[in-house]
Amino acid sequence: MAARTFIEAIRETLADEMRRDESIIVLGEDVGKKGGVFLATDGLWAEFGDDRVIDTPLTESMIVGASIGAAVNGLRPIAEIQFADFIFPAFNQIVSEAARMRYRSNNGYGVPMVIRAPYGGGVHGALYHSQSVEAFFTHVPGLKVVIPSTPYDARGLLRSSIRDEDPVLFFEHKKMYRSVRGEVPDTDYTVPLGKAAVTHPGSQVTVIAYGLMAHYALEAADRVADDGISVEVVDLRTLRPLDTETVLESVRKTGKCLIVYEDNRFGGYGAEVAAIVAEEAFDYLDGPVTRITGPDVPGVPYNHVLEDWFMVSPEKIEAGIRTLAAY
Amino acid sequence: MAVTKDEAAKSAAAEGAAAGSAAGSLAASVGLTDADLVEMYRYVALARALDERMWILNRAGRIPFVISGQGHEGAQVGIAWAFQRGHDWIAPFYRSIATCLTFGMSPRDILTAQYATANDPSSGGRQMPGHYGSHEHNLVSVSSPVATQLLHAVGIALAAKVRKTGQVAMTSMGEGSSNQGDVHEGLNFAAIHKLPFIFVVENNGYAISVPMARQVSIANVADRAAAYGIPGFVVDGNDVLACYAAARDAVARARAGEGPTLIEAKVTRLTGHSSDDQQTKYRSEEELAAERERDPVPAFRTQLKEAGVLTDETEARLVAEITAAVDEATDYAEAQPDPDPSTALRHVYAEDVD
Repeated sequence: MAARTFIEAIRETLADEMRRDESIIVLGEDVGKKGGVFLATDGLWAEFGDDRVIDTPLTESMIVGASIGAAVNGLRPIAEIQFADFIFPAFNQIVSEAARMRYRSNNGYGVPMVIRAPYGGGVHGALYHSQSVEAFFTHVPGLKVVIPSTPYDARGLLRSSIRDEDPVLFFEHKKMYRSVRGEVPDTDYTVPLGKAAVTHPGSQVTVIAYGLMAHYALEAADRVADDGISVEVVDLRTLRPLDTETVLESVRKTGKCLIVYEDNRFGGYGAEVAAIVAEEAFDYLDGPVTRITGPDVPGVPYNHVLEDWFMVSPEKIEAGIRTLAAY
Repeated sequence: MAVTKDEAAKSAAAEGAAAGSAAGSLAASVGLTDADLVEMYRYVALARALDERMWILNRAGRIPFVISGQGHEGAQVGIAWAFQRGHDWIAPFYRSIATCLTFGMSPRDILTAQYATANDPSSGGRQMPGHYGSHEHNLVSVSSPVATQLLHAVGIALAAKVRKTGQVAMTSMGEGSSNQGDVHEGLNFAAIHKLPFIFVVENNGYAISVPMARQVSIANVADRAAAYGIPGFVVDGNDVLACYAAARDAVARARAGEGPTLIEAKVTRLTGHSSDDQQTKYRSEEELAAERERDPVPAFRTQLKEAGVLTDETEARLVAEITAAVDEATDYAEAQPDPDPSTALRHVYAEDVD
């Protein structure tokens, strides 16, 4: 057992998996000698060489489209999109092709591949280096969407994603890369896809979050604990498939549900969670299902005052919890 | 720059002679046998017969939609003939009936796709007709957004290089589709890494209703190959053997590690874009009459007859066989059940195997 930063857990898992399975390749922009702009792939090129660690041209659609083809012909590609903000040129390949290949071929073809992308704000990345893009993809049957919040989960979920038979979008909050540390066993453990975790048990308010927001939710839970408000935090870990059971179990216990996401509010991922809770746990609710989210502007503005205004913080979550607890 | 058909044919003839084949014969000029040529003709004629049957079934109200390959068959068979079935890969498009037949799909496979039956091997009735695919035959499942498949073929070629399988991957599409950004991204990458990849443009002069001159700013799509530092060739898509020779040379370069090739086959579109299109709205009767003169099926038949490869007797046998096969496949497809809606939720994701 050793303490690892979030990005160390990612990097070591990539290397471990590539040693285990020689059909795994990594491709993306600057993933080779440089080791990625965040150094998530640092050292892979030196160990595995040109054939398995491929610096691509600036062509996101090609990165994904060629990964689909490579997966069809026996490889397990791990594609890196340098920033989630730049994934949109590949949207057609992800949504029209990767997601539908198995269904449209009646199980003739599958696409075992992982698309890794750093997402999220709070790092002075402005409109095009801060976005949360998960809702675009959680909407699509055929895709799996994973957002870990701890180094332990990052390792276990990345292993499961690489070994999965279907396309997985693996989003990593860039603010967590070096600020989050945690114990990571050196064993070959996995964390199954589609299983949420109760990271802070409580009885009065359920807070549902993922990624960086899962950390902020824990901070908020600590802040209100002194005032006798008992919060249960559910870290979703996998957004699709959603662990509906764990979510509903918690809400049925607490009777109150606050959903936190960093993305724009309207039509964000948490809206679907809210709908499921309203449909499936209505009789248990003791207050409105509420959300703490980013505002509905087209991106995170750059100036630090504006960025702070945009970002969900532990304080904003705390306020949401207090309001809901008092309802 | 693009190499003309004549130059390609000359080099093919020279190779045939060098290989010591029966000098002077048509088959030997491209390194094939007479039996190969007859078999190629069978695929060309079979594809046409199936295609014509599809239109009859559509106009009779039996199938709701047809997208056709009429006019493309010669190029498709000639080019596909250069690849190794069950080893190499093709990412086809919606006009690739003859390509899919040549690569191993059967008349039943093609017609069950038209009826969208439960046992349609392309998609189990999930996709529109024309969206063929078969893992068994290394034919990648076709989708409707055009040119996306080029990147899949490039990725297949990448895997072939990394895994050292010796496979070559080909994709085909029309000249309209060739304008998509995926084409640029894929050709650039394939050229950088000298991937065993072949890009075939079946240029029929129209992207639904828009003529070539409003789709492509130059005379030949093949000229774009120069921008990627790869060879680009223009071939007469009605000259089956010229198409074969161009593809054979491209496959040889790909297997030798010399990288991708762009082949543009100038074909004709003898039907509307699909059964929902009326091409007389945007093409004159004179133009359509001239196009019918460029039909690859009679052209290939005449060529083989004049060369003494296709006898009247053989042709009569082929016609009987093809007619029987198309009739049999029609009856078969008509009799197959629709998919059961209870299966419609399956195969969104991989299922656990017991």
